[in-house]
This record gives sequence, C-alpha cells and structure tokens, in this order.
Amino acid sequence: MLSLRVSFWAVLVSLPLGLFIAHALARWEFPGKQVLNGIVHLPLILPPVVTGYLLLMTFGRKGTVGYYLDQWFGIVFAFRWTGAAMAAAVMAFPLMVRAMRLAIEAVDPKLEQASATLGASKPWVWLTVTLPMILPGVIAGCILAFAKAMGEFGATITFVSNIPGQTRTLPSAIYSFMQVPGGEAQAARLVWVAIVIAMAALLLSEWVSRVVARRISGQ
Amino acid sequence: MTLSVSLQHRFPGITLDVRFDAPLGVTALFGRSGSGKTTVVNAVAGLLRPDQGRITLGDRVLLDTARGNFLPPHKRRIGYVFQDARLFPHLTVRQNLLYGCWFAPKGRAGAAFDQVVDLLGIAPLLDRRPGRLSGGEKSRVALGRALLSDPDLLLMDEPLAALDEARKSEILPYLERLRDTVALPILYVSHSPAEVARLATTVVMLEAGQVSRAGPADEVLADPVSARGFGPREAGAVLNLRVGATDPDGLTRLETGGGALWLSLPGVAEGTALRLRILARDVMLARQQPEAISALNVLDGTVREISEQDGEVLVRLAVGEAALLAQITLRSARLLELEPGMRVFAVVKSVAVAPGTAGAGAGAGTVI
Repeated sequence: MLSLRVSFWAVLVSLPLGLFIAHALARWEFPGKQVLNGIVHLPLILPPVVTGYLLLMTFGRKGTVGYYLDQWFGIVFAFRWTGAAMAAAVMAFPLMVRAMRLAIEAVDPKLEQASATLGASKPWVWLTVTLPMILPGVIAGCILAFAKAMGEFGATITFVSNIPGQTRTLPSAIYSFMQVPGGEAQAARLVWVAIVIAMAALLLSEWVSRVVARRISGQ
Repeated sequence: MTLSVSLQHRFPGITLDVRFDAPLGVTALFGRSGSGKTTVVNAVAGLLRPDQGRITLGDRVLLDTARGNFLPPHKRRIGYVFQDARLFPHLTVRQNLLYGCWFAPKGRAGAAFDQVVDLLGIAPLLDRRPGRLSGGEKSRVALGRALLSDPDLLLMDEPLAALDEARKSEILPYLERLRDTVALPILYVSHSPAEVARLATTVVMLEAGQVSRAGPADEVLADPVSARGFGPREAGAVLNLRVGATDPDGLTRLETGGGALWLSLPGVAEGTALRLRILARDVMLARQQPEAISALNVLDGTVREISEQDGEVLVRLAVGEAALLAQITLRSARLLELEPGMRVFAVVKSVAVAPGTAGAGAGAGTVI
C-alpha cells in the first residue's frame, strides 16, 4: 500500500507543474523552449538508474540541493518514502506532460477568443473553457503517470534504496521476494495485486475519458 | 451611442487604412473577401492590436495607440457573433446563453433572458448541446449569447455566410427584429448585396483596405459609382415606403412621390413600413408616359446622374424624395439622349420586399 501512497502523491504534486509546463510548451514561444522540452523528456530516455543517481547527487543529504534542504528546513528525501514519490514523479512526468500538451494543442483558440469577448478575463477563460476541454487529456495523463509511478523501480531503488516499510514499493518488494529462496509464492501474490491495480486504473481511465469526451463534444 | 473607428494596420500584401462612424442601427461593412472587413471587426473587438488607431464607443475609449491605451477584449462589452458561431461544446444551449451573464457587471439591467429566447425562437433548444444543432440554430444561439452578455455594441462577422439560402431566410427576419428592437449600434460584415440592402441603415464600403464610400444605406445603394461595387447584377436602390390601401383585386398601393407602386402584399397591414429593393436591371426608362403597356408600376422621375462603364450605363433618378437606379445599355442611353435634369418614366418590372418593422413575415413580391 506504500506504492499507492507514493504514486498518489507523485501524481498530485506533479499535476500543477505538469499542466503549467504542458501549457507553456503547447502555446507559448520563448527562448529555450526546446531545452525545456528536452529536460522534461530526459527521464523517458535515460536509463532509470542514471536518473536515480542524478536525484541522489542533487537531493541526497550531501547533494547540491539536498544538503541545504536538510540544513535549513530539515527536509530529507533520500531513503524516505517522500524520496520514492519524488523519483516516481520525475519518471512519470514526461508521460503526463505529453498527454496534456496534446490535449491543449487540440483546443481551438477561437473558442477562447469567444469567451474573452463575452467578458471573461484570462484566468476565467482558462477555467471555464480551456480546462473543461482538456479534461480528458488531463485525466489520461494522470492515469498514465500513476501507472508509471506504480511500476517505477530503477530510479527508486537507486535514490531511496529498498527499505522495508520505508521505501519498499511494489516492484522492489517483488524483486526482494524473488531473491529469497521460497519467496516465489509471496512474489506471485504481489504480482496479482499489481495486475489488478493496473487493470482497474486502465478501465477507470477509459470510462472517465469516454464520459468526459461525450460531454465536451457537445452531443 | 456611436462607434467611431480610425485605424491603420499593415499586413503583408495589404495596408488597412479606414475611418468611419457606426451610429445606432445596422452599419454594413461591405467588401470583397480580402478587403479587410474581418480585420476591422477584430480590431474593434480587441482580438487584434492594430499598428495605429483610435476606437471609441460613446464616451468610452477602447483603443488609442497614440496614448498607449488598449482595453482588453473582456472589458470592451462588445457582443461578437462569429461566422462559425463558436458555441462552447461542453455547455448546454442554456449555459452558452448565460455564459456572458456570469461576467456582466452586476446592477445593470441586461436584456431579459426570456425576452431574448423568445425573440430568437430558441426556447425548444435550451437543454440541448451545440453538437446536435443545425447551422441556423447555432447562428441564433450565438446571436442570443452575444445579446445576453449585455453589450454596448454588436459585431456580426458574416453570420449567414455558412448557411444555405433556406437557413438564411430563416435568420434574416430575426436580424430585422433585432435591428428594430435593440437600441445598439450593430456592425455587420457582409459580402452579400442582398443582405446589405435588406438590413443596413448605414453602409461602409471597403476596397483593398480603404473606405471607398460611406453613408446612409439608401444614398450609398443608389449611387451609381458605389453600386458598381455590388456587381452588375446586384446594383439596385432601396426605398422605404409605407403600405397604403388594398384594392378589391388584391393589389396594394404604395405612394412614392413619383406615382404609386402596386404590389401584391397579402397579410401586410396598412400603415406598415416596408423596405423595397429595386434592382437596376429591373428598371426600364421611357421619355414619354408609356401607354397600353402591361406594367402597372411606372414612376415619374428626373435624371440626376449618368455613369457609364464597359458599355453598361447606370442612371440615378430622383423619384420624389427617393432615388432609383436603372441599368440600360449605352445604345439606349444614346437613343434616349439622356442627360441630367431630364424628365423620364421608370418602368419597374420587379420589386423585392422586406418588412421595415417587426411583425409581417418577409417575402419577395414580384409584380409585372
């Protein structure tokens, strides 16, 4: 159940940032746009162990950022469940941004213009027109990210290790049982849990996006 | 309340430089595609920031580039009816209509919801979603949505262009009712002479980014030079007349000041104001009162202006207070020895009728 908590927080915390970056990539022209795009997508291409190593170097207790977080605020990510959530979020981020960016690009700016002529200021245009229109994409992005976070292994084990009750997520638990003689039965039990959760997430996302898509297509 | 527009904007290929006023009533912005009509409307709405210009609506300044003023679109209180309707697909018709009300300042008595719904005949559609509406229904809902945002000005960018003839004639009466019931300036973009003739109180003609002619509709439409802008088959004058008595044989009298027009107008009450459009190619000229002729509608007039181009001659006549336009060949003009000030008789072959006020249904009456 640690995995559910890790994935839930990973998705929740990266959602606002993901929406913002997806919006920036879809709509704005600014210098360094391609660089930002590259950085966002990097975890998708890099070996997960490399991502985990970079996280450890940055947010570890002796890391460039982690050292000050620890000294000034007493916040530590490495070898904690929050660190696992962070690793999962970083790994899932590209998938989330991609889905949302496609959704935002599909919104007709003419509808937003129409909204503005009816008296809606920019934040209201976004809330009443853009957001409802991109909702299926946002939901799809979240579910994808959630599934990815559930399955994240490489970066997690590198960054926060595999501490029972602390950072032992579902995949690392399965891995651990496989290392112990006679642990196959317990591993199989967890495998079934993983399959059920994944399947439920998939069905849920299909259903939600079908309902939302029907609503916003104006039928 | 008057809209005053003055703006310059440079595009690749065309430079827009226009200046005009739009008083209460319908001001038709007429011109070919690419003459800059939509750009003007977008600049008025605030969707486009022109290089230079000043736009005022009553005593409110919407844009003044000299002083660096630019009011963003949502603060302009302008109802924009787009060519493609642009209804919000995720909202019902009712929610679409009420969308502007959420943002209208409180305390202003806006147009009443029921009144607008009634005016546009959209009550049966309220709980439906835009995806299932026909083109004509969408146009009416878009119109209602703009009206209910309680605007100080209505912009309509060819609201009928995407519709077939049947749908157009479904919407036009609503637009006429709107013109006659709402005390707003309406800027109406069109490239259809028939629409302009039917709706406009003021006409602004655009040619290649410049205003080529502007003024009251009946004057501009009866001007031979600007009438050419409508094309040879569409040039024609507009007459505003009052319906007189109906004879037992079914023909109704309309007095013009240069004789009576007799039209078949079933169901139109005496005293109704009517707008008639008489195409220039439907008017024949004679130097003497024609006798023993089947045409009933012969008006007594005076030649005011003769304009020749490509072998076609357009003649503007004064008929009482009103103006009439006749199209004849160069040879006929020579045979008749027409010149300004000469008395002529105009034989009117056909008249298109549109009601000048709400009430009567629209129709085209053809009378020989």
